[in-house]
Amino acid sequence: MSAARPGLTAPYVLEYTYRRSLGPVLGRFFAGLVDGRILGARTAAGRVLVPPAEYDPDTSEPVVELVDVGTAGAVVTWCWVAVPRPRHPLPRPFAWALVKLDGADTAILHAVDAVAPGRMTTGMRVQVRWRGERTGQMGDIVCFEPEAAR
Amino acid sequence: MTDPIKRIKAPVRFEFTIGAGQTLSRFLAGLVEGRILGRRCPGCAKVYVPPRGACPTCALPAGDEVAVSDAGTVTTFCIVNVPFEGQTMKLPYVYASVLLDGADIPLLHLVNAPAEEARMGMRVRAEWAPPAERRPTLESIRWFSPTGEPDAPFDAFKEHL
Amino acid sequence: MRDVAVVSFASRVEPRSDLDDVEMLAPTIARALAAAKLDRRDVGITVSGSCDYLGGRPFSFVTALDAVGAWPPIRESHVEMDGAWALYEAWVALQHGDIDVALVYAFGRASQGDLDVVLSAQLDPYCLAPLGLEASSLAALQARAMLDAGRCTERDMAAVAARSRGGDVEALLREPYVTMPLRAHDCAPSADGVAAVVLVAGERARACCERPAFIRGLDHRIEPHALGARDLTRARSVELAGVKAGVGTCRVDVAEIDAPFSHQEILVRDALGLDASVAINPSGGTLASWPFVVSGLLRIGEAARRVHAGQASRAVAHATSGPCLQQNLVCVLEGA
Repeated sequence: MSAARPGLTAPYVLEYTYRRSLGPVLGRFFAGLVDGRILGARTAAGRVLVPPAEYDPDTSEPVVELVDVGTAGAVVTWCWVAVPRPRHPLPRPFAWALVKLDGADTAILHAVDAVAPGRMTTGMRVQVRWRGERTGQMGDIVCFEPEAAR
Repeated sequence: MTDPIKRIKAPVRFEFTIGAGQTLSRFLAGLVEGRILGRRCPGCAKVYVPPRGACPTCALPAGDEVAVSDAGTVTTFCIVNVPFEGQTMKLPYVYASVLLDGADIPLLHLVNAPAEEARMGMRVRAEWAPPAERRPTLESIRWFSPTGEPDAPFDAFKEHL
Repeated sequence: MRDVAVVSFASRVEPRSDLDDVEMLAPTIARALAAAKLDRRDVGITVSGSCDYLGGRPFSFVTALDAVGAWPPIRESHVEMDGAWALYEAWVALQHGDIDVALVYAFGRASQGDLDVVLSAQLDPYCLAPLGLEASSLAALQARAMLDAGRCTERDMAAVAARSRGGDVEALLREPYVTMPLRAHDCAPSADGVAAVVLVAGERARACCERPAFIRGLDHRIEPHALGARDLTRARSVELAGVKAGVGTCRVDVAEIDAPFSHQEILVRDALGLDASVAINPSGGTLASWPFVVSGLLRIGEAARRVHAGQASRAVAHATSGPCLQQNLVCVLEGA
């Protein structure tokens, strides 16, 4: 606030307690998480999209079916969060990564609990860490962790 | 196998610090002092209360500051029957457009009168909060109360409906 | 196609303004109209760009109409996007032939919130928003992908920042990461801003401006919203928009690129095929100051300004929207 031209300010919180309907494709994806499974959407051309999309982005056709993909895969790209924010999945420094799970053709974005940035490399293998009690939402995957740690 | 999930919670929450801008800030600061300060458009000469950064019809930046009376005329009103969180008045209560003497657009505020007495043309005056309780908000005026004067004739406010 | 030109441009940008949207806009719009020797009654359509999430209040753009004087009633439209897309809509409206003048403006006071966090409102609400990802984290993912693919180096990124915001490359490289591989200088500081551009169709443009900047190409393309389905080492939508706008058909003197992160300028420059002979972001670009939803229109305005001044005969302006350059607009301006 400049001393020469002070302007009043006020704190304001915007909050919506939305509940969103999922539809048949995402509804089954999130049900899969409860069961410890990750489902991808297979297009007519045979590409497997994870997370599933309702329609093939190349052709606009509805996806053919949902198929299981692996719960482990390779890091496609990553970055390091040195100071986590309250909304983040982990309370300590972690990596965000795009992970191409085994059997998938697109990468899923999530946190990797790698402990230190020196432990992150593009191409490294990571594995899902499941939440104990799962209810059918993205938080059912707590994060990914280096496969060697298992 | 778990049945398809129907819904997820998807809350949205963002924190802001809203800037009132200079025009509104001066108006709100005036309320703390018990003054109602409008601004005159340099083009059409209308006095806006609360003032706006530019005249909505001329698009010219707000001009001279004009102190207006804290007394005015009810141009139109409604009776609120629906309870809500944070209400200060007992239901039913009157919410009105008050054309303050000297202003060209009405101000929206509460009127402390029984619902059945509310009427267009009723003369009212601001009831201010004690100086120590005033803040830079319209709540520095608790409400408007009937003055008991004869009603303003329709011609006096028919252009402001 | 009718010839449409940018005949004037005005703006006001500052890190944190004590003015509200209308107080910033009204004088800026007045300057743009005056520079074009036009009155607001000459305007056939008004199109604005803004984002309600910057102030957290829905329909906040309606109050801004005080700055254009919507009485008698005016023909008006709004996009919940950067003003560059408002300009696109205005250009389309002028093609119909019934009006000759369009006023385009954009405004936003990002200082009212944390822009990095607010931008998460754009994300997929099912799989991305719950993770609480900021814009800088998403940008960092793309930067890493580019570094891994050899599309640029951290030194290249620092060089972009040094040119845009000042500083010595070696000193910048010694700074710590904020979101590895991004350092503070790789991320634009958000700002409050307004911009106004006047478009005039046909020969009337020459009455408004000595050297109008004619829009010879205008196109925008979008990629899938799923980050994992995109190739983050290329800006495919920029490439395609650039081809459709005809960027490569003639030499380019100046390019204004809307890149709030340093590696993005490199990506867009390469996607448009701009070589070292092109002056990139002489204005400082978005990396120097990022008034969200105004920055793209600013790039068009700054490019036009150089054409008006005779400093460039052919200029390219770029605007972006969405995470990691998901959606892009390319505009080609010529002085003749």
